[in-house]
Amino acid sequence: MRMPAPDTDLMARKDEIVRALRRLVPGEGVIGDIDGLTPFESDGLSAYRQRPLAVVLPETTEQVRAVLAWCQANGVKVVPRGAGTSLSGGALPLQDGIVLGMAKFNRILEVDYDNRCAVVQPGVTNLAITQAVQDDGFYYAPDPSSQIACTIGGNVAENSGGVHCLKYGLTTNNVLGCEVVLMSGEVVRLGGKGFDAAGYDLLGVVTGSEGLLGVVTEVTVRLLTRPETARAMLLGFASVEAAGGCVGDIIAAGVIPAGLEMMDRPAIHAAEAFVGAGYPMDAEALLIVELDGPEAECGELIEQVTEIAQARGATTLRVSGSEAERLGFWAGRKAAFPAVGRISPDYFCMDGTIPRRQLPHVLTEITALGVRHGLGVANVFHAGDGNLHPLILYDADQPGQLERAEAFGADILRLCVAVGGVLTGEHGVGVEKRDLMGEMFTETDLACQQRVKCAFDPDLLLNPGKVFPRLHRCAELGRVHVHRGRVAFPELPRF
Amino acid sequence: MSEIAAALERPTSAEGVLEVVTRAGAAGGSLEVVGGGTKRGIGAVQGAAGVLSLDRLNKVIDYAPEELVLTAQPGVTLAALEKLVAAEGQMLPFEPPHLTGLLGSKGEATLGGALAANLSGPRRVRAGAARDHLLGFEAVTGRGELMKAGGKVVKNVTGYDLSKLMAGSWGTLAVFTEVTIKVLPAARTEVTMLWFGLDDRRAGEAMTQAMRSVAEVSGAAHLPSRTAARAPLSGEMSVTAFRIEGFAASVVARVDSLTNALAGFGRADQLDAVHSRAFWNQIGEVAAFHGDPRPLWRISVPPACGWQVGEAVRGEGLYDWAGGLVWLLADNGGDVRPAIRALGGHATLYRGEDAGFEPLSGAHAALSARVKAAFDPAGVLNPGRMT
Repeated sequence: MRMPAPDTDLMARKDEIVRALRRLVPGEGVIGDIDGLTPFESDGLSAYRQRPLAVVLPETTEQVRAVLAWCQANGVKVVPRGAGTSLSGGALPLQDGIVLGMAKFNRILEVDYDNRCAVVQPGVTNLAITQAVQDDGFYYAPDPSSQIACTIGGNVAENSGGVHCLKYGLTTNNVLGCEVVLMSGEVVRLGGKGFDAAGYDLLGVVTGSEGLLGVVTEVTVRLLTRPETARAMLLGFASVEAAGGCVGDIIAAGVIPAGLEMMDRPAIHAAEAFVGAGYPMDAEALLIVELDGPEAECGELIEQVTEIAQARGATTLRVSGSEAERLGFWAGRKAAFPAVGRISPDYFCMDGTIPRRQLPHVLTEITALGVRHGLGVANVFHAGDGNLHPLILYDADQPGQLERAEAFGADILRLCVAVGGVLTGEHGVGVEKRDLMGEMFTETDLACQQRVKCAFDPDLLLNPGKVFPRLHRCAELGRVHVHRGRVAFPELPRF
Repeated sequence: MSEIAAALERPTSAEGVLEVVTRAGAAGGSLEVVGGGTKRGIGAVQGAAGVLSLDRLNKVIDYAPEELVLTAQPGVTLAALEKLVAAEGQMLPFEPPHLTGLLGSKGEATLGGALAANLSGPRRVRAGAARDHLLGFEAVTGRGELMKAGGKVVKNVTGYDLSKLMAGSWGTLAVFTEVTIKVLPAARTEVTMLWFGLDDRRAGEAMTQAMRSVAEVSGAAHLPSRTAARAPLSGEMSVTAFRIEGFAASVVARVDSLTNALAGFGRADQLDAVHSRAFWNQIGEVAAFHGDPRPLWRISVPPACGWQVGEAVRGEGLYDWAGGLVWLLADNGGDVRPAIRALGGHATLYRGEDAGFEPLSGAHAALSARVKAAFDPAGVLNPGRMT
């Protein structure tokens, strides 16, 4: 994994840059010393580290505006950061760039139940939004596993998902508006409290743009009323095929569960050893099916799912009888990543999406690929929407294992694309999948995306080195004639 | 479309679309892009040298009900698609209105047109908009490039979400040649609850309370007495309506929830499933305003202040989306946009002199112009629309 070559002339000006930034963000808001920078050198993709030139922690939109305008005028690159929980390296710093940390934007500005929305600053954590409104019977639906730490600004940048996406959508389906500062320092408001906005849906493009288009300084999120009840079912199966068939049958019956998760045997065992959730150790595949709504609806759907699961030969079938038991069913799944972290020194979490009917084939192939690369793998799976999270087990201290894990991961994602799926369902491209973009997109496809980047950030100063395997200068891109997916300048360096 | 036959292009493949756009661009010309041509009057295209119709790109490419995904060419009609998914017990969750009756247009509304206009029906309040259901697409940009974005699975964040940009871009950035949408199981049953005689403000309060309740309503609309008096309802007083869809036991339970939540608004009547479906079709299609020649505005505001539109602008209103969408027949020809902007909303003139879109300003306008140029720098596609 290579990043763009750093600008050594610019790095030599570090002291001058830090001084200039301190004039814009006074007090403790600019970090330039090595000890202070170290906590920012990585994000949730901890395999990659890079100390930035400086870290700036602004507190107001005006400061963000001033910092970005100054950086644009002085050619300084900017990496925006929320809580630094990205699993794709979205907040990985650049040696010749600053990190713009939005943690101090941590206030909930307005809760508007009549319009069922909340206006919050980007550094507010995902869970804090729900906590602020839950006593009034509301919640914010997207719930990434890192929700206790990850920020809503980062969620917007990554279009984060969670276990309830199938029924309630990703971040993009739950955000109504944003205030965004462009690299030029211009401030634009996209969307608001209404159901749509005038002009192009730029809010929809900024959401999931991985910090390459603008810095979000305010977010209006949709609030939902909390369902009267939620009940979970734990279903064990003797084969992945049977579990996959059960998922297909549930959806074919017209049931869209609030959550529909699958774990394979290694993931079941790791989770059970970690939290003792009471998972069946003899099962090859485990489903967690969550149903929510009025009590009457849950009851009716549980009966339906029970019949379907029995017809598919479920070996375990338990229904939560209390809220504590429901949370217990989820405990193992929600802790699957740290649980795997306990059985392996390091792991890579992959994030492809596949058409669900391909699941048995893809899991068989992943097992075969693991044997070929000499590495273990545990699979957790948002089964309802086909979003697969293979956790590749490796030991970074063993020479060559990191590289083998990277190669294994790339093979898995190629497999996802080959069966009609995509590289990433919810974690983002970042640096992790950047060089695989060509597996899914032609040069023409990527040129169209990059021209959007140029419309927002013509000097390519915002989070460069992420998402695009090859970043063309914008003036060049306008002239590049892409013919049948082949670019005119194949000799341009890849990084 | 015989009156424009001289300049009409009707390709049957993506390559054909590419050829037409490339030829128009090379000649310094421009194209009006149409599906069924039913919404041509809105923000009318000016001075296009030719018309590119997608009506012959009308095939369903792949439909896997169990994957909740459907891939089709843009010219497939909504009517054909609705029939296809209904046969599998599924639906287009965003319930796109056809609007042919409202706009008095001939021809059939198409999937590509509904997506390009980001048209969503009453279920918008619960299920999301057209933009939320466009998973991926293939298109020809104004530069004459055949490109794709998004994917054919329900969950995907690979690359920029250009599907959102295309939805609601009215054919000004690129021409769809294939789209993939998310579909969902259709509700087993539905009922509609009706409250009569509420004034606009009380109706607004009722809709707000309904949306705040656990009744999970999938439609919330209000017809003031003047609007309710018109055909097809021909009622004697205002009507405020809520739809509840789902499994039978759930519908019964949620009818109770809503009854309790709105106890302060008097007794409610109910429509059974058959009449409920007909009623919401009339709301989505704005049937009450068919055939009226007055200027027709589509107004989007924060839902809780929807009722204030009727105070800000003189005319007859129909409130959908719990007040977030207001169709307004204006009594006179003036611009309602300043009054609507003051409410935090925006307005599109669907019918009338210079029918068209809310103008943008400042950095937002400049950014939007750069996005247009990114896809169509020479202005080949739908010149004059959305500007």
